[in-house]
Amino acid sequence: MRALLLLSLIGCLVGFSAAVQAADDTYPLDSAQDRQRFETLTRELRCPKCQNQSIADSNAPIASDMRAEVHRLVQAGESNEAIMEAMTGRFGEFVRYRPEFEPRTVLLWLTPLIVVLIGLLAVFLVVRRSRSAGPGRDSPISEQERARLDAWLDEDSDTDSPRQPR
Amino acid sequence: MKRLLLFIPLLLAVALGVVLFSGIGKDNSTLASALIGKPVPAFDLASLQDPDTHYQGDVFREGVVLLNVWGTWCPSCRVEHPELVRLAREEGVTILGLNYKDNRDAAIDWLQKLGNPYERILFDPQGKFGFDLGVYGAPETYVIDGDGIVRYRHVGVVDDKVWREELKPLVDQYRKEG
Repeated sequence: MRALLLLSLIGCLVGFSAAVQAADDTYPLDSAQDRQRFETLTRELRCPKCQNQSIADSNAPIASDMRAEVHRLVQAGESNEAIMEAMTGRFGEFVRYRPEFEPRTVLLWLTPLIVVLIGLLAVFLVVRRSRSAGPGRDSPISEQERARLDAWLDEDSDTDSPRQPR
Repeated sequence: MKRLLLFIPLLLAVALGVVLFSGIGKDNSTLASALIGKPVPAFDLASLQDPDTHYQGDVFREGVVLLNVWGTWCPSCRVEHPELVRLAREEGVTILGLNYKDNRDAAIDWLQKLGNPYERILFDPQGKFGFDLGVYGAPETYVIDGDGIVRYRHVGVVDDKVWREELKPLVDQYRKEG
């Protein structure tokens, strides 16, 4: 019984690896350009089932269906845009790794810019604040204090001696 | 006033944080169908039980139906099957089956053993129609209105809760409209 199980397991593995190896040659294309296109498109399309793999990487049945369809369309001479559209028409914008710029994806595209702007704004405000809070004409000391301070400074510059505590 | 201005970047950062945080933990394994609001793609498929009978798009013009994508290779389909049988028998729901990438004999055998909740079953051994429909796993269940427009897709098992909370309100709504 155990031997039988083991044997069938080995059988499965052999069959599986054969299937994986065969996948490389499953999509023959005549021109190098088309091969390149197929390669790029299958890497640009996300597998709807496994979600963090492209359909080029995924072993999910749906990914292999999608590869076959991309292959068929490339062979039929369809443009890249048409192929992408055929896929998003079925599976939604989700399958694009680089979605179109549209109202729904605005945040996705603009977040980096927004973050940079927030940073710049913060720097700008901090700099402006520290400038206006620095030594300025409108420093909050009274006339009397100013006079005392001026006298003190004059004294210092005249004698050029260390300041004496009062 | 200037002091208040200083808080603007903080507020913006917090707002962005809230938006991003609200996305965490959302179930992103189920996608809305790209076909919502669009007609069912064209097809010509044989009946599962009778290879000589062919179905086309007009099977979706006879009122609101559930289209259930299933296969004998799919364990979750077996889990939801009793609920489908119950819906068809007790609630009078019209369910069409899409037997997806399956073996005809195995599928017929399954129905004989477990009961047949389907009014008609489209046999799609290559998964061609499933592909056009955007099926990426089974089971999937679509609500299709009387005009053949896809209104909703549920990915995963249909149980009592899914029926009551997701599907039934839609079926009732489109029955009224149709």
